[in-house]
Amino acid sequence: MSNLKPLTELTASNLVIVVGKGGVGKTTVTAVLARAAADSGLRVLAIELDGKSTLAELIPDIPVRHISAADSLEEYLFEHGFKRIAKRLAKTGVIDVISTAAPGIDDLVVLGKIKQLERSGEWDLIIVDGPAAGHAVTFLTSASGLLDAVRSGPIRTQAEEVLAMLTAPERCKVVLVTLPETTPVNELLELAAAVGQRVGVSCSVVVVNQVDVGRSLPDPDEIAFGRASVGVADAIAAARFRRARQAIQRDELTRLTDALAIDQLHLERVGSARLRSQDIVRLAHGLLDQETGA
Amino acid sequence: MNTFAAIIDSASVVVCCGPGGVGKTTTSAAIGIDAARRGRRVVVVTIDPARRLADALGLPGGLTGEPQRLPSEPQAGEGEGDGEVWAMMLDTPAMFERIVRRYAATADQANRIVANRFYRNMSGALSGTQEYMASEALHELHDDERFDLVIVDTPPSRNALDFLEAPGVLTRFLDHPVFKLLMMPTRTGFKVLSVATQPLLRAIGRVVGSDVLADAVAFFQAFAGMEAGFRQRAETVTRLLHDDNTKFVLVASPNHETIDEAMWFAKQLKQQGFDFAATIVNRVHPRFGDGTSADAIKRALTAGNRGDDALASIWQNLAELRAIANSERQQLTPLIERLGAGVVVEVPLLSTDVHDQQALSLLATHLFAVS
Repeated sequence: MSNLKPLTELTASNLVIVVGKGGVGKTTVTAVLARAAADSGLRVLAIELDGKSTLAELIPDIPVRHISAADSLEEYLFEHGFKRIAKRLAKTGVIDVISTAAPGIDDLVVLGKIKQLERSGEWDLIIVDGPAAGHAVTFLTSASGLLDAVRSGPIRTQAEEVLAMLTAPERCKVVLVTLPETTPVNELLELAAAVGQRVGVSCSVVVVNQVDVGRSLPDPDEIAFGRASVGVADAIAAARFRRARQAIQRDELTRLTDALAIDQLHLERVGSARLRSQDIVRLAHGLLDQETGA
Repeated sequence: MNTFAAIIDSASVVVCCGPGGVGKTTTSAAIGIDAARRGRRVVVVTIDPARRLADALGLPGGLTGEPQRLPSEPQAGEGEGDGEVWAMMLDTPAMFERIVRRYAATADQANRIVANRFYRNMSGALSGTQEYMASEALHELHDDERFDLVIVDTPPSRNALDFLEAPGVLTRFLDHPVFKLLMMPTRTGFKVLSVATQPLLRAIGRVVGSDVLADAVAFFQAFAGMEAGFRQRAETVTRLLHDDNTKFVLVASPNHETIDEAMWFAKQLKQQGFDFAATIVNRVHPRFGDGTSADAIKRALTAGNRGDDALASIWQNLAELRAIANSERQQLTPLIERLGAGVVVEVPLLSTDVHDQQALSLLATHLFAVS
């Protein structure tokens, strides 16, 4: 299914969860999507789960909330009969005990918290910088897993409500992030299969991060360098290097397109090893321009 | 021989750690291949490796929970040349079961534990279990006569320190007041029913369901008596991690976020007394000579003014790549300064992706290059 306006369609849902293996730039993509949506006039909330807080620096004027499993479970326990001892329990690590007794409960309470925000009507779009590393699938399957394990009670109700949110395409969409390189594309294909089969969530867009959008270079061996001599060898080596990397990118993008029938958005590679908020603005507006041009 | 090679040569255990996506697994494999070339008998333990790495290592059937020797031997290098590389994948549940069986008083006790649903959850989902089993695997392989060098590629943790705390993860779990409560009945002769009347457990039961709670109680009753063995083992593994011949190698990539994380992690390693031996920065853009980006831009403009667009694009490209290399350099400088005398090895971004043995060898060449 090809969509002429993948970004518009994406930001039309209430909740977007950004997932991908470590190092592919989930946080960058979360920031860019939040920026693009906010600059299109939507009320956007960005959510980060565990790990370091870098989002606030990238999107300084967009609200960012940190949701941790520990806090969410404490809140959940407080509301479900534990009252004041909830804090003490959380402090002594009761989370480990409870989440071992019922695996996925820590993820479920986080999703429950997100669902609460989604239902509040306070935001047009909530974007979640998804869980790190290989944790994405267990995070997204926590609700369906608990439905199998828990027959009744508040956890079951919570799981049902979260699952209803995750599986309704108009409410929730999952964005997969990758790089135009061999291993990240392989990992993305595995992740897409797992999310589709085991979670039943609609993966709506693949964002390919750090795409070299430079035009293709001529073969340096066929270039006349004239009288220049200083730096010529460097220029030739650099051109060969860039051409080789571009060839890998082309192959990998083709392989991705052939293997996965999901719309792709490409984010240009930024020639800097440290992204700043102005880079995010530029990348977001690049996406918006692509869409209006289409 | 450079300093990095000297570090590896003196080590009996190498722990590769660092943030996700920086190439820890590939680096571990490259270190292993090169060490074997210098005569070591190496085993590399990886965590859920990408398929292509198994292919690259010459194991198209994939890695298993048991060490397999790589069919294609690395070429003999400096002298000895009778080294070997073995590789295995961490099988967390199988490893956990092996340990339970080791410390169980009877086969019946072990069977009761491994059949329990709470145990199954714990071996699969308790946070830190994978790291715990990686540290166990490290210890087992260290004692294995077949190997004289164990290289562990640590799991992509939510928390980078999980691996360092891994050996104690189960005993800390068992020390939890709630578990003490759960374990009490067997000691004092109470029945499961009386456990369920504890207000705290009743409340937990209301959240997770009473049958789930009953599983947990049954697990702890079956587990009683084994804590001492697990505790002792945790201490042994911790000692091994602090051993003089155990070296920690931090893997990073040249962007701000991972460098920040790497510096923080390096500090933690040092503070906790681990032997933090080297940092590898993977995928650093090559610099292409010592000229500046501005030089190249000037050339591009001159060529452009003459109407030679092809030549201009070649110089423009040199300018762009030098700018990227400079930007990475800027991010790397604080790391190198902070580490002072520590060994920092930079591995360039290659013009091919690393997914065959040739590329792995090339990577190793960069790691161990005489500097």
